[in-house]
Amino acid sequence: MMIGFHPGGPAHPASAQPRRTHRPRAFLLGLALSATLTVSNSIHAADLGSALKELKAVAAEGKGNPTASAAWKRVAAADGRSLPILLAAMDGANDYSLNWIRSAIEAVVQRETSQGRALPVDALLRFARDTKHHPRARHLAFELVSQQDKALAQKQLPGFLNDPSPDLRREAVAALIAQGVETVAKNKEAAIPIFQKALASVRDADQVEDLATRLKELGQKVDLPRVFGWVTQWRLIGPFDNTAGAGFEKAYPPETSIDPNAEYDGKAGKVKWSDYTTKSDYGLVDFNTPYGAIKEVTGYAVAEFWSDTARRVEIRLGCKDGWKVWANGKFLFGRDEYHRGVEIDQYRMPVDLQKGRNVILVKCCQNEQKEDWTKEWEFQLRVTDLSGNPIFSSR
Amino acid sequence: MNPSFFQLPKSLRRSLTPLVLSAVASLSLQADWTQFRGAGGDSLQPSGRVPSVLSTNSLVWSLPLPGRGISSPIVVGDRVFLTSSSGGRQERLHVLCYNLSDGSLRWERKFWATGRTMTHEKISSAAPSPASDGRAIYALFSSNDCVALDLDGNLIWYRGLGRDYPNASNSLGMASSLAVVDGVVVAQVENDSESFTAGLDAKSGLNVWKLDRPKKANWTSPFAFREADGRTSVILQSSKGVVAVDPKTGKTRWNYADGASTLPSTTPAGGRLYVPSQGLTVLEPAADGTLKQVWRSAQLRPGTASPVVLGERVFTLNDGGILTCGDTKDGRRLWQLRLKGAFSATPVSAGGFLYCVNEDGLVQVVDPNAPSGAVVSELPLKDIIVGTPSIAGDSLFVRSDKRLWRIGRNSAL
Repeated sequence: MMIGFHPGGPAHPASAQPRRTHRPRAFLLGLALSATLTVSNSIHAADLGSALKELKAVAAEGKGNPTASAAWKRVAAADGRSLPILLAAMDGANDYSLNWIRSAIEAVVQRETSQGRALPVDALLRFARDTKHHPRARHLAFELVSQQDKALAQKQLPGFLNDPSPDLRREAVAALIAQGVETVAKNKEAAIPIFQKALASVRDADQVEDLATRLKELGQKVDLPRVFGWVTQWRLIGPFDNTAGAGFEKAYPPETSIDPNAEYDGKAGKVKWSDYTTKSDYGLVDFNTPYGAIKEVTGYAVAEFWSDTARRVEIRLGCKDGWKVWANGKFLFGRDEYHRGVEIDQYRMPVDLQKGRNVILVKCCQNEQKEDWTKEWEFQLRVTDLSGNPIFSSR
Repeated sequence: MNPSFFQLPKSLRRSLTPLVLSAVASLSLQADWTQFRGAGGDSLQPSGRVPSVLSTNSLVWSLPLPGRGISSPIVVGDRVFLTSSSGGRQERLHVLCYNLSDGSLRWERKFWATGRTMTHEKISSAAPSPASDGRAIYALFSSNDCVALDLDGNLIWYRGLGRDYPNASNSLGMASSLAVVDGVVVAQVENDSESFTAGLDAKSGLNVWKLDRPKKANWTSPFAFREADGRTSVILQSSKGVVAVDPKTGKTRWNYADGASTLPSTTPAGGRLYVPSQGLTVLEPAADGTLKQVWRSAQLRPGTASPVVLGERVFTLNDGGILTCGDTKDGRRLWQLRLKGAFSATPVSAGGFLYCVNEDGLVQVVDPNAPSGAVVSELPLKDIIVGTPSIAGDSLFVRSDKRLWRIGRNSAL
């Protein structure tokens, strides 16, 4: 059986699209291909399944590249009717594979459109709406719908306002912001609820800041710490020594145990833990506040984060100093770059929270630079779900 | 092709065909602009014939871009290749192929960045320039995603170097461009943390070699250099200095350790290297691997733009727009010319003229043979331009975050 293009033929049923990427999924993929596709001169269904499997086998350091290169051409030879199947192959794919599959899809779309053939809009739209699929595949499906029928795509945007796909949500928020901007020119009061609705759904920092500015201009207060979901309650200890950057690798006592009553030898005498609450709109935990604008030093911040359930989340950090982060004693990541820049969600670290009390430890290192733009010794941190929705400590 | 070729015996034609094709490809590459600062890595297009008098009539075409970027366009045959990036976090990476003749889009491939995309606001993920060996396009992005596509847009390989080596990034952005040397794609991924340069197999993208490099942010670009003994080295510049490595193995052939800039890149000319080090330092590597320092001049210190050598003169351009001309024999400063505006882009040259594009998008054509240099024409593109232009055939290619221009002899007029 082969994959074929059928002008005017029925779209692929969404139910035929595979959902997961385990061995049974490969079987389902083959079944879907066999059940829904008929004759074509492009590529055998079995071969397509095999080629997609090879694209999904690529891994770090180019592993699988030589095989994938040949497989890519076989996938790119598929026709437009098979687009939902190619998109579904992204389910469970790693980030390398996503790019292999995406570019093959683009080659298919390029060929179909250059030959004047319409894309299967209905099937693509169903795919975009189906939250069981990979968020990036869904957004790509939406883009293809938009390419074929922009007005139809635009009509769908309100439905994506609280979507788990960050890209679809972003587009929906952008549409609402545009609507608010259009409204504000005619009726400022009427624009306020539009912007507020967008603010309730927004996740990307640039859109948050845009909305906050617009609402402020309309006399509205925005609780930015709440919108972003910063962790605001901390205990700090420091300064420890970081002369010539050596403190970054040196494990000071807080890295082995957190004892709130302990006292240690610091860089300039005894140091002990003290409470710290940030009131910054951007959740900045500023070590310069308790310790002064000093250089070549290291500080630690610890926070309790309570969760009602065991769940996978992301710890998202912004920091322009050297830093390391641990969760429940497990080292997550660290970076010894100083004063190159900071932004919200600069670093994203997946972590499994346990039910109940969790402990987040941040090490923040200041270096020897003396320029004005190197004074900052601070970080910002929040906990989100995997889509970027802020999660608050339950206590 | 010469008809006499077909009059040869079939067996001879078979054996000669690869040679002929190779010669044609070689000639073609000479006229192409295959990487940042051109095929020679020296900002020169020897066969280029860009008009020196530019006006709005010189705009052959211009087109809007789907994303931002400061990477240089490259030109291979009848195609112009460009990278750009889009999305809220510049996480969408574009590789674009346009027809040289009319600027129409031939194909586009998009990828999702697998590494960090944060950059200084002035730049974006599409900061490093792509490179080509005439058979494929190799594109690197600030996220350290590296992709190889054939000239028709078929994916050959993909590497997420920022994912493979997760502390390899720069929060100001990465901008070192690629070089392709002897079947090896050289990606200089040098930064304050996990700093390395990798030689990737052009056919598979797999690591051929990977060198630990100085832990210091670095935006300079590698290029091929013909040594005195005829071998080709890859030149790698960093804050520590300059090293020449074997493109096949990554092994060091010689090392200059007197420090160097991390912004403007070294320029090769006449078997010498014009190194942005202690001002400008000229090195002459000998066949035995020893280095001779020919001269050094603090007066010829470059800004962000890399030096350009035209015959017996070397030109440096500082960020404030002062173009300085020096004598290649001894580094003596000959003259200075104030250009309009601030500069990040390296000047490029064809037909003996220098084409300098400032950050306000003003193209200034400099006649370097005038007694103290002279601007002979200007063309305002009215956009912020940071990326270095390119030259192929009779045209200059300039890009901004928003547009790509082909400037040259407008046959439509």
